[in-house]
Amino acid sequence: MTSVFGIPVAVILGQLMLGLVNGSFYAMLSLGLAVIFGLMGVVNFAHGAFYTLGAFAALLALQLFGINYWVALIVAPLAVGALGMAVERLLLRRVYGLDPLYGLLLTFGLALICEGSLNQVFGATGQSYPVPPALAGGFNLGFMFLPLYRAWVIAVSVVVCFSTWYVIERTRLGATLRAARENTPLLQSFGVNVPLLMAATFGGGVALAALAGVLASPIVLVNSYMGSSLVIVVFAVVVIGGMGSILGSIVGGLALGVIEGFTKVLYPEASNVVVFLIMALVLILRPAGLFGRD
Amino acid sequence: MRLTAVAYGLLALFALGVPLLGIYPVFMMQLLCLAMFACAYNLLLGFGRMLSFGHAAFFGAAAYATGWLVTAHAWGPGAAIVAGVVVAGLLGLAVGALAIRRQGIYFAMITLALAQLVYFVCLEAPFTGGENGLQGVPRGKLLGFLPLKSDVVLYYVVLAAFVAVFLFIRRVVHSPFGQVLKAIRDNEPRAISLGYEINRYKLLAFVLSATLAGFAGSLKALVFGFVTLSDVQQSTSGEVILMTLLGGTGTFFGPVVGAAVVATLQQYLSDLVGGWVIAIIGVVFVACVLSFRRGIVGELAAARWLRRAPPPR
Repeated sequence: MTSVFGIPVAVILGQLMLGLVNGSFYAMLSLGLAVIFGLMGVVNFAHGAFYTLGAFAALLALQLFGINYWVALIVAPLAVGALGMAVERLLLRRVYGLDPLYGLLLTFGLALICEGSLNQVFGATGQSYPVPPALAGGFNLGFMFLPLYRAWVIAVSVVVCFSTWYVIERTRLGATLRAARENTPLLQSFGVNVPLLMAATFGGGVALAALAGVLASPIVLVNSYMGSSLVIVVFAVVVIGGMGSILGSIVGGLALGVIEGFTKVLYPEASNVVVFLIMALVLILRPAGLFGRD
Repeated sequence: MRLTAVAYGLLALFALGVPLLGIYPVFMMQLLCLAMFACAYNLLLGFGRMLSFGHAAFFGAAAYATGWLVTAHAWGPGAAIVAGVVVAGLLGLAVGALAIRRQGIYFAMITLALAQLVYFVCLEAPFTGGENGLQGVPRGKLLGFLPLKSDVVLYYVVLAAFVAVFLFIRRVVHSPFGQVLKAIRDNEPRAISLGYEINRYKLLAFVLSATLAGFAGSLKALVFGFVTLSDVQQSTSGEVILMTLLGGTGTFFGPVVGAAVVATLQQYLSDLVGGWVIAIIGVVFVACVLSFRRGIVGELAAARWLRRAPPPR
């Protein structure tokens, strides 16, 4: 078996792939945050809670109604997205125009409500979601074993992230969204329903988080706290990539996942903190973030 | 203003008489530690408008430092508290220097992430006891003669420390430094154009706030005799925000009221509703942000002066 620095190549590649999987979740979550922040100026602290809700929605749909993975992959994000639109309409709308800190505090409260309730109803011990049969197993690539499900997660995430980027940066809908950020009254005077657009944006960003939650459910333990630690890493990813940048959040998310994976091989004790250390470094060298423009 | 003086007088009498009134002194000490923590936090949020989401790092780091020194190295409580406060201040200098490079929500996210870094260090460092934390932290004798083992003696020490911090914060806010800090809070570009090096003011405010938060953490370690990971956890950072927000940011007495309400809620509500406390705290958070952003004391003051000022933006 070949090895680099005394570490077998298979181990390195295995961690690289695990890192890519984690990076896929970072990318999808930070992308949703970036979209929501870009249009509404709200930092959604409840993003991790919506990710958790997505996973729980898939799990409950399976346990209570026998709804399979493929349907859940569509239905759970839609349901959570609808919930997000309701939250935007009823609560978030009241803090627009205030200091953005209030949006952060409001969504922090929402995250506590959501996680506290889930914890109380379902307990602190996690449950696992079965890997769908069509995605079970894996390939033997000769130098390493590639579980099919993890490859699927990476593929879905890359497709979803880049389609979102395309929609926002290259289509007419995206141009309208960006116009709403630039000049809301002008856009409204053209007859665009901006409040609806805002609700839809929040719903869309939240649905992305829920989709990540459904994707994650077969490979992590589904419990009430699965999102709360993740969201802190995602915040760091966002600071590193630059908050306004859609591409920054995608590339940054994937790259940081990989770096975290490598750290696990080289110096496991630091793997939990490497993202935060990189964030500190970026703040010293380039405070606006790697892809930021300000 | 006479009414305020009477209120403070009654409160002082109550505070001094707590051991005679049969109120459990450990609960009162916990309350005072939380109130000190919230007052320290308010210096940053209320007067500097910097929303730190990571103040548990300073509270917890000081608690660990103090707990470790008295447990493993048999330091006296006084020296250990000083050491804990110094640790919190230095940590505040490091975190603050990074965080003030960005503003507003970025500031919040950076402090949150750096505090999580401190949390992981506390989880894995050899001297913190990992998941178990530090147990059986002895109280010892303050200055070699005051036996802190007695709850009543410790209560008066904590009370004196709290009053000192409270008065210190008042002094800081009313000092020229505090006035400049408020000017930066209200209009940063203007403060810059007037020639103030705003980053120095912000950093000093951050370090002061972190130091005082550390003082609260060190005292808490001695009061309870243990330090656990929950002292450095994100939930503790959230609690101090809630106490400050609920009581009234930018008021002197608000954080004290907020700490009293939150501590009492947690104490009595957890018997009633068990684990739902977290969700209820979330509801209080949402209610605060949506309907009384000035907090309890802030709303009372606004009502009393009949100033029809719009709620803070």
